[in-house]
Amino acid sequence: MTSYAGGLKSGLMIPIFWGVPNISLAAKVDMRPGVTDMSVRIQQIHHMGLWVCIIVGIIVFSAMFYTMFAHRRSKNPTPATFSDSTLIEFIWTLIPVLILVGMAIPATSTLRDIEDNEDSDLTVLITASQWKWHYQYLDSGISYYSNIATPQEQIDNLEPKDEHYLLDADNPLVLPTDKKIRFLTTADDVIHSWWVPDFAVKQDAIPGFINEAWTRIPVPGIYRGQCAELCGIGHAYMPIVVEVRPGEEFDAWIEDQRIAAELAGEAAVAARAKTWAMDELVTIGQEVFFKHCATCHERDGMGQGTKYPALAGSAIAVGAIADHLNRVMNGKADTEMQAWAPQLSDLEIAAVITYERNSWGNDTGDIIQPITVYEAR
Amino acid sequence: MVAHAETVQTQRHPLLAFAARWLFTTNHKEIGSLYLWLSFLLFFVAGLMAMFMRLELFEPGIQFVDPLYYNQILTLHGLVMVFGAVMPAFVGLANWLIPMMIGAPDMALPRMNNFSFWILPFAFTLLLSSLFMEGGAPNFGWTFYAPLSTTYGPPSTDFFILGVHLMGISSIMGAINIIVTIVNLRAPGMTYMKMPLFVWTWLITAFLLIMVMPVLAGVVTMMLTDRHFGTSFFQAAGGGDPVLFQHIFWFFGHPEVYIMILPGFGIASQIIPTFSRKKLFGYHSMVYATASIALLSFVVWGHHMFTTGMPLIAELFVMYATMLIAVPTGVKVFNWVATMWRGSLTFETPMLFAIGFVMMFTIGGFSGLMLALVPADFQYHDTYFVVAHFHYVLYPGAIFGTMAAVYYWLPKWCGHMYDERLGKIHFWTATAAVNLTFFPMHFTGLAGMPRRIPDYSLQFADFNMVSSIGAWLLGLTQVLFLYIVIKTIRGGVKATDQVWEGAEGLEWTLPSPAPRHTFETPPVIAQGNEQ
Repeated sequence: MTSYAGGLKSGLMIPIFWGVPNISLAAKVDMRPGVTDMSVRIQQIHHMGLWVCIIVGIIVFSAMFYTMFAHRRSKNPTPATFSDSTLIEFIWTLIPVLILVGMAIPATSTLRDIEDNEDSDLTVLITASQWKWHYQYLDSGISYYSNIATPQEQIDNLEPKDEHYLLDADNPLVLPTDKKIRFLTTADDVIHSWWVPDFAVKQDAIPGFINEAWTRIPVPGIYRGQCAELCGIGHAYMPIVVEVRPGEEFDAWIEDQRIAAELAGEAAVAARAKTWAMDELVTIGQEVFFKHCATCHERDGMGQGTKYPALAGSAIAVGAIADHLNRVMNGKADTEMQAWAPQLSDLEIAAVITYERNSWGNDTGDIIQPITVYEAR
Repeated sequence: MVAHAETVQTQRHPLLAFAARWLFTTNHKEIGSLYLWLSFLLFFVAGLMAMFMRLELFEPGIQFVDPLYYNQILTLHGLVMVFGAVMPAFVGLANWLIPMMIGAPDMALPRMNNFSFWILPFAFTLLLSSLFMEGGAPNFGWTFYAPLSTTYGPPSTDFFILGVHLMGISSIMGAINIIVTIVNLRAPGMTYMKMPLFVWTWLITAFLLIMVMPVLAGVVTMMLTDRHFGTSFFQAAGGGDPVLFQHIFWFFGHPEVYIMILPGFGIASQIIPTFSRKKLFGYHSMVYATASIALLSFVVWGHHMFTTGMPLIAELFVMYATMLIAVPTGVKVFNWVATMWRGSLTFETPMLFAIGFVMMFTIGGFSGLMLALVPADFQYHDTYFVVAHFHYVLYPGAIFGTMAAVYYWLPKWCGHMYDERLGKIHFWTATAAVNLTFFPMHFTGLAGMPRRIPDYSLQFADFNMVSSIGAWLLGLTQVLFLYIVIKTIRGGVKATDQVWEGAEGLEWTLPSPAPRHTFETPPVIAQGNEQ
């Protein structure tokens, strides 16, 4: 249970309501306090609202149960005749107004602080697309995609589900502790929503808009969340994983990413120089296909009706290589088939096309080399 | 005219005559029954979809329903429940009851009444046929946010658009008819402030419908032109604005949720006084509270959109306005309690459903107040907490309200008393099942489970299993309801004219069952003080 919060904050999960001694139960039935100052304040506002409702509820429901018991016909055969009282009605209009004003004051001041996006130390541009997140560190130029890492076998109940089922990503967003981090959210296709409950940050990612949110995380650890806005068939499979590291470790990670980017560039040059064999490409291609393509086209290449067409025997997958390359690299406008050129390496694109042209009964025998993809870019 | 129609009918084949009778009827009672039966049928259709969803959600992993199909039944469940089950049920009740309550012979516009009903079967055939089309049914949720529903919508989206247009036309005509009837056909002496509350709440609801259904028609038309005629209302790439869609949709959508609850308020306000044997407490404040809720509903649509990046000032305004709704809503609940207070209470099935309505609707109102607090809404938004909230308002609100009404007025409609023992079993099992289904959703939502997902991570497993068991039980209890209704129509203890000892109002002065034509001569309303 506490695993969802990275197992780090169980000490903070004080079971505030119902006096439940079992920490995991409190985390199961109540909003979590999270790890940031803001998430704790928001939980307090939630508790304020909850307690007002509980107390008013107890009063109203007690009155109802009392009258049902005490004024039933067997006990009270002659009904009273009153049907109006301006004073009482005035009182029970006024008291709720006062309670509401009392609730609005802390909510307003918290909201003003939430919307204060000024003076950030670090900005991350989050671009959502079906069904992945793209993170760009605007200050250091690093960027990468983050996909679900839960294997399809677990979703299909063929393997036991692990602890972070559906909440595991291949490349977590890495953030430093104790810095004011500004998130900018936008989307490439439909509306998504970036939500990490432990930071109490939920911001819609809307195509054509850039929204702002911020957080400041005092505790290192791994935090998990999910896309919160229905965005198509992969909506449940768009986890958010954030790894928070202390300042120096974060700086070191940034440096590592720079080096890794250089190495990837060198690897790409080497991949282009090499002539790859069919089985090498098919092996890599299958991995890429399962990870990125199978959500819609299915592992057996049979697709899902006309909306997500079958690749087995499809005109493109067994037709001209140039068309196939074009479709994979540039996508199809206004559909979930997105442009993969910016997301995948030359080798990955070459491999997945080779795989598609030589699987599920497609037997073109075509081998596409990374250099072909490079030249097509 | 009537005699003529009947001679024509006798010459026809009995089956044809039966079809012609129901197809061409302009009688408010018959049209009311048609509405009620259609809504009952669609209630089962949409309920079955919910049970499929709960089947898939019984355990983590994908077992029965793949994500594409899940999104389709998720969408149709919402659309059919809102436009097919709740709204036609209320219009059916209005048809049956409003003329009898205000002493009118029929609805003011009987042919239009026929037309507004008979559009609906076609509208829902269009909508539900999309399930069998290539590319599947609409899969973007009942809120159909652009661009998921425009650029990325399946081809059947156009059937959905046409279906919504038809439902809208039907609702607008129904609402016009109700307003014209109430304004013009009240019996002499039936002043506005003497009208039963059910009539009042429907009058206000009808105005809401006329205000917002054209807005819904506008937004689906904009979708249609975006999809096929090259416009870019909601497409960022063409200079349009996806958030504009949400503003227009929720300008319709928020009053719409009150359209689905105000007649329920009216029903509770009829039933509670009867079984308390005491007049409704604070009749005037009930009317004013209903009107203020309706007015406020036009300025709070933004509370569905707090996470879309609204400016601070707009968030504050919408939060305050939304919290304000708690005041008139509270007044209504307090008034119902005060009506029961020191009454002489009995607990027949309609009263049980009405009390269940008040209590569980109040729980939904509480979570609504919590959702209004913007900072907390950032955590609640689009989670199961919201699903719990609106199901608490709609199931014990709109659905229990309708069931209370059916038990209460069914003896008047068909002349027989329902089986009280079965009615009580129905109430208690349905109440247990509603809470078993929807209460745990508060917990899964607060723990962080997003809504509209076919699969979820492991920590949500146990409460989802409870919800699923509750949902199947809830589905079963409604089969019992169907049985009770059919049994009552077919026979049973003869109902008296007044039916309920404490019942007051013109409909109870009529014979049971109410004859086909009533109040052909307006009744005499006692002069004197208004309520």
